[in-house]
Amino acid sequence: MDLELSEEQKLITDTVRRFVRNEIVPLEADLDPDGSELNPEDHARLVAQVRQMGFYGLDIPPEYGGPEVDLVTRTLMAIEMAQHRAGLYAPCYGVFGGAGLAQLFEANEDQKQRYLYPTLRGEKHGFFGLTEPSGGSDPARAIQTTAVKDGDDWVINGGKIFISGADQSDYGIVFARTDSTQGRGGITCFIVDADSPGFHVRRVVHTLRSTHYATELQFEDLRVPAANILGEVNKGFGIANDRLSRQRIPYAAGCIGVAVKAQEMAIAYANQRETFGDRLATRQGIQWMIVDNEIDIRTSTWLTLAAAHKANRNEPYRTEAAMAKLVASEAGGRVVDRAMQIHGGYGMTKDLPLERWYREIRIRRVGEGPSEVQRLIMARDLLGGSFH
Amino acid sequence: MAFLKHCRGVDCAAMKLHLDKPWLPLTAEEVARLPGQMGVFQLADEGGSIVYIGFAGGKSLFGLRSELEKRLGAAAQFRFEVNNQYQTRWRELLMLHQAAHGALPALNQDERTPALGRLG
Repeated sequence: MDLELSEEQKLITDTVRRFVRNEIVPLEADLDPDGSELNPEDHARLVAQVRQMGFYGLDIPPEYGGPEVDLVTRTLMAIEMAQHRAGLYAPCYGVFGGAGLAQLFEANEDQKQRYLYPTLRGEKHGFFGLTEPSGGSDPARAIQTTAVKDGDDWVINGGKIFISGADQSDYGIVFARTDSTQGRGGITCFIVDADSPGFHVRRVVHTLRSTHYATELQFEDLRVPAANILGEVNKGFGIANDRLSRQRIPYAAGCIGVAVKAQEMAIAYANQRETFGDRLATRQGIQWMIVDNEIDIRTSTWLTLAAAHKANRNEPYRTEAAMAKLVASEAGGRVVDRAMQIHGGYGMTKDLPLERWYREIRIRRVGEGPSEVQRLIMARDLLGGSFH
Repeated sequence: MAFLKHCRGVDCAAMKLHLDKPWLPLTAEEVARLPGQMGVFQLADEGGSIVYIGFAGGKSLFGLRSELEKRLGAAAQFRFEVNNQYQTRWRELLMLHQAAHGALPALNQDERTPALGRLG
């Protein structure tokens, strides 16, 4: 595998880095340290800049009007885009645009007309509803929300938890059990309109991530037309699973971006701060922390780019994506922790972004599948089969 | 499913999430006793109707105390909650108010507020 970046990749990476440092970071000085939104004028101005750079709608496939960016380059960009205070969960405050829900690219034409195209035009927003109070790591078994056929409709009852953006969405993709005798073969994916009777956003779920809350949903006799089934009845698990594997690569990249920035701060501070008559950088204890940070960052970067390379080549990459996600999320947490230690008291304050990253990166060891599930995925592949 | 079972068919979820501490007079003496921590607060008129929902974040010089000092004279009463998740708690309180009254509190309408979702 050749990890030498092409000239184009170097140019793109450098462009995004300058954009983050010159346009995004200065705005954060005036925002609440836990903020995750720019004021609308700044947002619109930066979106226009990103459009001019040709990067708007990064995750939209080219056939739908998005820029043609391969996954390796996309990963390199994600590493750069996370290098600011809000960067882990609001990279560049969304000015690069979003693709909405990737599953909708697999929808039929009628569904695309009603949901995908309005989403790409920014007219509609959707949420992804998989996790339930009964569990999220094993959706094939944990999903207790049911959908029962009634005439031309399906009637959904149950609930979801840890769902981002549902309270502000026009519709959502909801996974429900349509055959109680099957595990993963009994799950169907529905597109649900959020203004339907029986759709309830019951509460905000507060977490360590203090700006992007999650929500808890309840479905009470929620009627969904059969035309809103995404894919086929009882084949929804594949739709969920495909998304979970794919998401792990950019998820890992965000952790790396934050770790890179924390390391940069740690090095700058160690070179400047003096204790007992000399710079921190001269102390072996500090040097080792810096070196351990670098090992963590480079290990994560290599694994994540390796996963992106395999995905780019359309080769199976489930194990690589799981390994990248596990290593980058755990290593990123260690890097931020060491950077805080090097900064001493200042590292604990809201004056610096470290404390925010420390809280938010902890979630990354659980989100998109906890470390233990990543190990399970890899073990299945290595040992050649499912354990159950 | 404990939460959902408990709340099925009732608006108890929203009720439990309200800030329902007793009101305090919005005076300099009362505000001077406030902690310098981050958190959320509500202002109300003499009848207890909420006129403003705010937060003291990481940029507030002396946290809740500073934010309430700025608003002396703007209302008759206040109540507060120390909360490190002040951003999401603030949005939650705004959403709850909007769900119950169909609009934001009067003084919030003069400010830029984030896009709010809906509860219910």
